[in-house]
Formats: sequence, structure tokens, C-alpha cells
Amino acid sequence: MAKKKKWKDLLVDPLNENNPITVQILGICSALAITVKLMPAIVMGISVMVVVAFSNFIVSLIRNYIPNRIRIIVQLLIVATLVILVDQLLKAFAYDVSKQLSVFVGLIITNCIVMGRLEAFALANKPIDSFLDGIGNGAGYSFVLIIVAFFRELLGSGTLLDKKIIPQSFYDAGYVNNAMMLLPAMALITLGIYIWVQRSLYPQLTEKE
Amino acid sequence: MDRNSNLYTILFAAVIVTVSAVLLAVAVMVLKPAQERNKRQEKMTDIMYTIGLDETALISKAAAEGLQLNYKTIEKYFKKYFLKQYALKADGTVDKSINAFDINMKAEVKKPVDKQRFPIFIAQMDGHKYYVIPLYGKGLWDDIWGYIALEEDANTVKGVKFGHKGETPGLGAEITKKWFEKQFVGEKIFDKDGTFRGITVLKGNKDPENKDKEDHEVDAISGATLTSNGVTRMIKERLQHYVPFFKKIKEQKN
Repeated sequence: MAKKKKWKDLLVDPLNENNPITVQILGICSALAITVKLMPAIVMGISVMVVVAFSNFIVSLIRNYIPNRIRIIVQLLIVATLVILVDQLLKAFAYDVSKQLSVFVGLIITNCIVMGRLEAFALANKPIDSFLDGIGNGAGYSFVLIIVAFFRELLGSGTLLDKKIIPQSFYDAGYVNNAMMLLPAMALITLGIYIWVQRSLYPQLTEKE
Repeated sequence: MDRNSNLYTILFAAVIVTVSAVLLAVAVMVLKPAQERNKRQEKMTDIMYTIGLDETALISKAAAEGLQLNYKTIEKYFKKYFLKQYALKADGTVDKSINAFDINMKAEVKKPVDKQRFPIFIAQMDGHKYYVIPLYGKGLWDDIWGYIALEEDANTVKGVKFGHKGETPGLGAEITKKWFEKQFVGEKIFDKDGTFRGITVLKGNKDPENKDKEDHEVDAISGATLTSNGVTRMIKERLQHYVPFFKKIKEQKN
């Protein structure tokens, strides 16, 4: 029983209290760049989740065999292999989205969340636990991306998943899409507001002075 | 074996590199056909876009026949409207040994002009004839490309489609936006005397509303002068090679 609860924590903790983006403040660059529209954000979230989960799993599986001196290089190789696989799969089966994501899929390699989880968790834990930790952190990343992308697409383009949400009568009455929301600066502000709301709801996340 | 020894480290590295290389090689080979299909589909969609068959038009056409818009239907419409495609030589004659659609512009533009083949796609739609020409050039940071469709007079622009690899978002990347592409519609590439002029993307031209369609100019993007210059150069450089071909068409008509 004790173990089961631990597995649940591995999955749920990174969604909120230990979220990689809003609490650990990792992976901000990609979070700002690809949250203009909801669809690329979802695909990016899934891609990161797959890469973190499987690289965690593989590294944990061979953690006792990796020579310590080339530890980081081996981790990078595994992550890079997985990222290229994901990139090739997207190009074959989700071409439009892969064009929108462009270089950012390749840049998952440098996403701090991936290396962070490998170093902090996978090297010291069992494969299944590491896999779940990867799923959890990937989900935490996706969750924030989706929320930021939701507001940016809704307010910036008036659409969600490219479907028109804000009725034409609003535009006729003088409503205008906020083009500012399409720029990365507003992504940072949206993310900032998210972090602010989160820390007001969970005061334990605020650092003690 | 001692896990801290140099031999172990080297062996481990060799094994793991081999495994990942084999894995990637297999994946690339297996996925290649699907990726090529996507590229062909994109090319057909882009070419059809320039003669007014954008995605909405294609979807409604497909829906009218009870079809879904997928690779098959896109290929069907492409074949229906684009009856002829030629690979032209520099003197305007047709090289029959090469399929125009398969010409890779990125590789082609690097060859010397007399070795290059210039693809042209000729469409027949609703009683109008259109010539679509692929473009390829350099923007500010990396390659830019596109397609330009001319009307039957081989002079008036019917539509354009641009793409880019890495222009600045919000500035140079705006060339792919509808408002920019719209400006080209109706512009002429030859002046009244029949001299080839191309189309210049110009900042601060005297005609920001772009009402004058005889001036061979469209309005540039603020803050993207170098990308705009790239578009100008690309259009002039590519289209000039088709001038002999267009002259032939005009002679045949007269």
C-alpha cells in the first residue's frame, strides 16, 4: 500500500506543488515560444512527456552500468536519440504541427526539465518509478503550456484549436483581438499571472524570507 | 570488469552509440515514405493556393463530392487543374526528360544557369489559364521560397505563396501572411514596353495602399527590410529565366 501511494505522488506532485515550470522555473523558453496556439502546445507537451518518461526509464535501467565519467554524455545521447525519433514521427504523421513547432522539438534536448529529472531522479531510482516521474513532470509541463496557450489563443486570435470561439457579433460590436497576446512578452506575463495565482492559493510554495 | 577503467568506458560508449545509430537509421528509413508524401502534399497545396484554390476552397470542393480533404483528393484536384508541367531550359525550350514536379529548387538554384531546369506548372481552371512558377532565394537568416501564379497574359500576378525557414517571427516571417501575399495580386511583371521589371518590395513607396498596379511595387514590412529585399531579389532572379519562354508564347499567339 505504501508503494502505491508513492506512485500516485510521483504522478500528481509535478502537476501543482512541484511543477517543473511554475515552481522549479525550468523549461521557460519553449513554454513562451510555442504557446501561441493550443494545438502545437498540446503536441509539444506530449512530445516532452514521451521524451522525459522514456529517457528516465532507459537511464534508470542502465544506471548501474553507466561509467560515471561519461554520465552526462550518455544521458545526452539517449535524450537526443529520443528527440530525433519524436521529430521524425511528427514529420511523418503530424506534418503541419511539426512545421509550427519547427526547431523547438529539436530543442527538447536542451530542455532543463529532461536533464534535471535524469540527474535528480532517474540515476537514483528504479525504472518504473522513474518512468512515472517522467510522465508526471511531462504532464506538469503540458498542463502549464495548455493553460497559457488557452488564454493566448482565445484572447489573441479569438479561436481555440483553430475553431472560432468568440462570436462574430462581438467583433461587429467593436471587439478586437489582442495582437499583443501573440507576442512572447505576453506569454511571460500570462505565465507570471499563473504563478501569482498559484502561489496565492498555495502559500507554502512562497519562499520564506 | 572494472567500471572505472578506460577500456570499460570506451566499450560502453561504443555500444550505446551503435545502438542509437542503428535505431535512428531504421526509424528514418521506415518513416521516409510518409514524410515524402507530406512534402508532395504541401507542394501541391501551395501551388494550388496561388491560383485561388486555398484550403477552404478545396474543402468545399471536396465536400460537394462527399470527399474528405486528404492526400488522395488533393492529388486528384492537382491533376485535374494542372494538366501540363514543363522543365524549361534557359533558352525557353522544354526538357522532356525531367519531371517538373520532382525538381528540388534548393539544389537547382545552386547549379549554373545553363545547367538549371526551370519548372513551370500550367493550370486550366474555369476557362482561365495560369502559369505557376516556383521561387527560391535567400532571406535575411536563411532560405525563403514560394510560388507565383501569372494570368494568361504571362504578366499579371494571379496570386503568390511564400515560405521561409527562419525569418524573424513578427517581422520577416510576416511574408507568409495573407495581407502581404494579397498585395501582389494584380501587379505586373513587365512594363508597358514589354521590358521585364519583376516586382519590388519597397519600404516607403508612394503607394502604401497599393492601388497602383502598374508600378511593379508592393509595400514592404516595417523592420524587415532585408527579408523584403530578399523577396524582391528572389522574384527578379527566378522570373527572368522564364522571359524567353513567355516571349515564345506571345509569338505563337500573334
